Amino acid sequence: MSENSSGSQHEQQEHEHHIVSPLTYLAILIALLCATALTAGMSYIDLGEWHIAPGLTLFWNPVVALAIACTKMTLVILFFMHVKYSPKLTKLTVMAGFFIFLALIGMTMTDYFSRAWGRW
Amino acid sequence: MASGAVAEAHHEHPPYQRHHFETVDQQFDATNFAMWLFLLTEIMFFGGLFTSYLIMRNWYYPAFVEGSHQLSIFWGTANTAVLIISSFTMAMGVWSAEMRRKGLLVFFLCVTFVLGLAFLGIKSIEYHEKWVKHHVPGFHYSASSFLDPASDPEVYKEYHDKPLQPDMAQKTEMYFFLYFAMTGMHALHMIIGISILGYMIFRARQGTYTTGHVTFVENFGLYWHFVDIVWIFLYPLLYLISRY
Repeated sequence: MSENSSGSQHEQQEHEHHIVSPLTYLAILIALLCATALTAGMSYIDLGEWHIAPGLTLFWNPVVALAIACTKMTLVILFFMHVKYSPKLTKLTVMAGFFIFLALIGMTMTDYFSRAWGRW
Repeated sequence: MASGAVAEAHHEHPPYQRHHFETVDQQFDATNFAMWLFLLTEIMFFGGLFTSYLIMRNWYYPAFVEGSHQLSIFWGTANTAVLIISSFTMAMGVWSAEMRRKGLLVFFLCVTFVLGLAFLGIKSIEYHEKWVKHHVPGFHYSASSFLDPASDPEVYKEYHDKPLQPDMAQKTEMYFFLYFAMTGMHALHMIIGISILGYMIFRARQGTYTTGHVTFVENFGLYWHFVDIVWIFLYPLLYLISRY
């Protein structure tokens, strides 16, 4: 087997290493700092609540705070952690991790919410 | 070539490439994948803490609100900014290693190191205040700030919290237990990260990471950003409960 043929085979299979520019990093930094200021500011405003059913109320403040935190996390994962430029295997691994995490939390919470329904 | 068989068995490669990898790229992808698998176990580890927080917060919401009012929003926000900036300098460190610029790499690793220490410094100011006010769970825990909020004028003048019933006031200890467990576990990750950074600064000065060997810097960066993400969630969950 010659060196050339095995070399070109690898070029096809493997992912080219992408270098993210400092300007992208700077833009993400500014976005993250703005989001931090936004989430701190939003916590001083009463965003109200939604009475879904007796004994079941959804407060909007934590929902907004978590939505901002999730946005920040997505920016960090995609750009600082280079997942946007990573092979599909990495993308799949990250998504599988969050899927299992949410499934575990979700199933635990269905149990806790339904056992003492309305009693707390 | 006469030595063809030997060359194939032991072909030329950079010193940082392990023998069992065929190319540097393959080594990078494999170790990067392994690092992500480690981070998934870390998600599950912190996930347990976040789940218990979610359940306790739903059960003892008034205790969590008044416990949260004891935290300094100024120090919490400052620490979030410090950590986000340290993530940026770490990302710039990875870029410096990729561009093979040794001086810049050492500079960015040092800035990240200092910002990490600054985070722990601010955290220790906050921990000390909790210690002084007997808000560390255990034998010396005191719920007096929650049974009689007016006895704690600094917090009272801002939030005018109502006195909690004795059983609910006792549950503030659960809030502080989770506060110390979650931020403590996060701080432990910071301490481990800062220690590895110290080692990396030493190695970077020798030029180890600026010869094309970015794998270690890149994978450490993933760890550092992960610790940043954990804080991104701890900050709103612990500091920003019902501030209005």
